[in-house]
Amino acid sequence: MASNTLKKKPYAPMILMGVISATLYATLLTQQDIINKYFTLGGLFAFLPIATALLFSFVHGNFTGSFWTVLGVEASKKKKEVK
Amino acid sequence: MHDIVKEAANLINLDVMKITYLFIVGFVGGLVSGFIGSGGAFVLTPAMMSLGVPGLVAVASNMCHKFPKALVGAIKRAKYGQVDVKLGIVFGISAEAGVMYGAHIQESIKKAFGDAGSNLYVSTAFVVILAVVGGLVLRDAVKTYRSGTASEEETTSKIARWVQSVNIPGTMVYFKSLNARISVLFTIPLGFATGMLAATIAVGGFIGVPSMIYVLGAPSLMASATELVVAFVMGLGGSFKYALSGLVDIRLAMIILAGSLFGIQLGAIGTTYVKPFMIKLVMGVIMVIVLFSRGLMIPVYLSKLGLIQTLNDTTVKMLKNTSFIIMALALGVGAFIILQAIWQGRKAEQRSAQEAFARLKA
Repeated sequence: MASNTLKKKPYAPMILMGVISATLYATLLTQQDIINKYFTLGGLFAFLPIATALLFSFVHGNFTGSFWTVLGVEASKKKKEVK
Repeated sequence: MHDIVKEAANLINLDVMKITYLFIVGFVGGLVSGFIGSGGAFVLTPAMMSLGVPGLVAVASNMCHKFPKALVGAIKRAKYGQVDVKLGIVFGISAEAGVMYGAHIQESIKKAFGDAGSNLYVSTAFVVILAVVGGLVLRDAVKTYRSGTASEEETTSKIARWVQSVNIPGTMVYFKSLNARISVLFTIPLGFATGMLAATIAVGGFIGVPSMIYVLGAPSLMASATELVVAFVMGLGGSFKYALSGLVDIRLAMIILAGSLFGIQLGAIGTTYVKPFMIKLVMGVIMVIVLFSRGLMIPVYLSKLGLIQTLNDTTVKMLKNTSFIIMALALGVGAFIILQAIWQGRKAEQRSAQEAFARLKA
């Protein structure tokens, strides 16, 4: 508990990644027609959904990670490693 | 195939309700996957299909959310020292071959016996594998809990001790999770079976994790974390294969991912609060409940194939709905056990920190 209050919480990365993630999702939902058209063409266009999935996972994954840390939900301090 | 996608793109109008529904199902699925390494995805395909998405698009979109989710989960759990990357990659490559072969078998069955035959095969695989493996995993978890040895280090099974003792020159590889050198001739068939199961019931981890624990001798925490690497390798290859045919609906995949990345982080955090047998417990409970869900559907497919008396529409509808509810319940129960474990673990840690602080003050 004491260390929780002393440790600086990652507000800035959370906000930054949160904004980028929200922008990505807003783009995805507002540009559905054009996205559906190109992402389902197949062939070389197969790289589009794969690259998008990786980009979203990086941005949104970092956001959700910081989100739980800011809320104070972190890994147990007793058991950091297996073995 | 392109027609199916175009039809789906026109049909699926994503309103707030549908987005919220997919987000929540994604969150619960992610929570379970983060904790046991797999098992959160099987409810998503039927969930998408219930919104009107064609089966193939639902499978493809599910897979396209699975591999980035597994990647985030694996990175998180690697920070806790729980991931054996080498074992994950070796396992994952053979699993990829299993996926291809499993998909091929599915296609052949579909060609020979139609949709009902294919569904019967999937449900039978579900019931048989979940009954055998789920029963074993759950029995082991309960036995550990009852014996009062839950806090002690896990013991290596007899089979795993034998596997670790076999020396086949030219095939031996050291794996840190096992702290031993074993022959890849053992990991290849296990990975292959994991992939085949993934192609059949969408959750390879129900074979992958127990086989790493009981056959190879990996600790539960490391097996479930390493399964995330396997899921990433398998999911990446599978998604690309589906994307080549234009079957991925990226909107669905990314909305589910939005929820599941919240869940997977929490599930991964949860593993640091629990004793190893809890992984087996959650996995066993989910497997056994899902077994009943799929078991209910067997009469439906048998009747469609004309092997038993034809069931009326109301009975079919009732069985389908009950099956889906039980499947959702399985995930719900798993998620509840995980959240409760995190809650109790955190409370216990805060209490001991307060006591230590009070002692210091005194």
